[in-house]
Amino acid sequence: MVEGPVGEGLEARFGLHRGDDFRLELDLAISPGRTVALLGPNGAGKSTAVAAIAGLLQVEWGRIGLAGITLDDPDAGIYLPPESRKVGVVFQDYLLFPHLSVVENVAFGLRSRGMSRSDSLARAADWLTRLDLTGLEKRKPGRLSGGQAQRVALARALVTEPDLLLLDEPLSALDVTTRGELRRVLDRHLEDFPGPRLVITHDPVEAFLLADEVHILEEGVVTQWGTPDEIRLRPRTSYAADLAGSNLLFGRASAGLALVGSHHIHLAEHDIDGDVLLTIRPSAISLHRRPPEGSPRNMWETSIELIEDLGERTRVRTGAPLPLTAEVTAEASSTLCLAEGERIWLAIKATEIGVEPEDGRSSSG
Amino acid sequence: MGSRRLTIERRAVERARRPPVLLIVLAGIGFAVFAVPFIGLISRVPWTDLPELLASDLVIDALRLSMVTSLAATLVAVLIGVPLAWVLARLEFPGRSLVRGLVTLPLVLPPVVGGAALLFALGRRGLIGEPLNQATGLLLPFSTSGVVLANTFVAMPFLVITVEGALRNLDHRYEGAASSLGAGQWTVLRRVTLPMIGPSLVAGLVLTWARALGEFGATITFAGNLQGRTQTLPLAVFVALESDRDVAVALSLVMVVVSLAVLLVLRERWWKAL
Repeated sequence: MVEGPVGEGLEARFGLHRGDDFRLELDLAISPGRTVALLGPNGAGKSTAVAAIAGLLQVEWGRIGLAGITLDDPDAGIYLPPESRKVGVVFQDYLLFPHLSVVENVAFGLRSRGMSRSDSLARAADWLTRLDLTGLEKRKPGRLSGGQAQRVALARALVTEPDLLLLDEPLSALDVTTRGELRRVLDRHLEDFPGPRLVITHDPVEAFLLADEVHILEEGVVTQWGTPDEIRLRPRTSYAADLAGSNLLFGRASAGLALVGSHHIHLAEHDIDGDVLLTIRPSAISLHRRPPEGSPRNMWETSIELIEDLGERTRVRTGAPLPLTAEVTAEASSTLCLAEGERIWLAIKATEIGVEPEDGRSSSG
Repeated sequence: MGSRRLTIERRAVERARRPPVLLIVLAGIGFAVFAVPFIGLISRVPWTDLPELLASDLVIDALRLSMVTSLAATLVAVLIGVPLAWVLARLEFPGRSLVRGLVTLPLVLPPVVGGAALLFALGRRGLIGEPLNQATGLLLPFSTSGVVLANTFVAMPFLVITVEGALRNLDHRYEGAASSLGAGQWTVLRRVTLPMIGPSLVAGLVLTWARALGEFGATITFAGNLQGRTQTLPLAVFVALESDRDVAVALSLVMVVVSLAVLLVLRERWWKAL
């Protein structure tokens, strides 16, 4: 995907209040073909950001421009109502109209924009085919699986050929077992969408895997932004550090053992076979001078590649055989006398490793 | 499976404990209060003469007028009651609870008082009635339009309350989703809001219509009792009781059948929405 100039994408620099004590300020620029994730905890203002960009809330200052058109500019008296914006939104919980069938849901946007009934139903049917939903045209949303509902919501947003694709917590309504598969489906369709894409999420895995650029939103303000790697390697707030340091590993599981690269990791989960995504929080990894005793079955000797001082905590990047990010208290760090280039023992309890099935992805990851 | 077993166990417990006899006796008397009058009515039905009685001018006129006025009142209630419900549910304005109180007042107000109030406001010498009469020659009391007005006054609160409740419970985000898909405010109302509250809307309509059909007090006070013009089924029953009891019974039977039909329709499909 070739990226276009930012002016043809989304330029959003605005602020607004909600209630007495909440204020959202956002400064985002997304060029066509690029995916940005807005990542933050609940109550950080993510839904407010969605509502403002979609036009469901009016901004108080600043400007939102999309594809060369000004959507909001309170100083110039410009506010385009939601129905006049070309913003395709996949809402949290999808919000498919329960009284309309799948094909009518998808055709809704075309009908609303004046296309005839037969043309819009035909176009909607095309999109259902593209999203592998053939045969479900007549079904009511209440009788769809989570994954089908997600694709219908995506079709409904894409069918009107919007200038921006906005996804609000696209995977949070799904259970863990289907999330990995649907994230890949989503990733593929995001790639096909030519305009700028904005993913709103509280899930770091979602943000890091889908986005080219991640903005961390905390209490209405973006506290850090950068590529997923930049955020993961150099988090600037404790919230970012907590979620950004997560180790994401792709492997192949079988009988409680996951093969990652050429390294084996013991899992607490014995029932998952096939490709998996492993997540390990940095604080779940302990470091030792000597081979540790006790229960951890995952332990090996490695080298210290990088040490970062995060104040009360110290972040350590380890090297071969499996590069990981670990986090220890500053106290533990000084007791261990950590130094870059030295050898260290590392241990992870199997129960601390998150496992998600990842059918269809190569195990080399 | 688990919850089902629980139900069975609970049933077993209920069967083991015998309910107090006094409670059952009182409940039986309570039921009799409803049942006995119907038995009395049915026992008086002159079955052989029934077709002839139902075909009499008085009955035909009353039935036709009742159908026309109750349906017209329901239609008026939709046209102005649904917007009123929308405003009450969606707009914040000073005095909203006062407005809501006034709208629900006819539910508890004796209908005769409603009819008297209509007379003072819209009668020949009424507050609005007099200038209206002078300007247009329109006279509402003792006219079929007056019956529709009285019916609307008494019955519309059912529609407003039902629809307002449904609008409050509706997840507003669906309407936001519709507008983000390009739907203007009227389209959102027509294609999302109203269909989504459909069951409540229908329930409110049926209740409104049934209440209008049975209206007596406000109608006779405001519109009088003229056969073919303002004499609806309930009024005809009242008159017939004085002159021809068999006609009164036949008319009552018609209304019982209609009421039962409404109840069955509501039970079947929409009762849960209330």
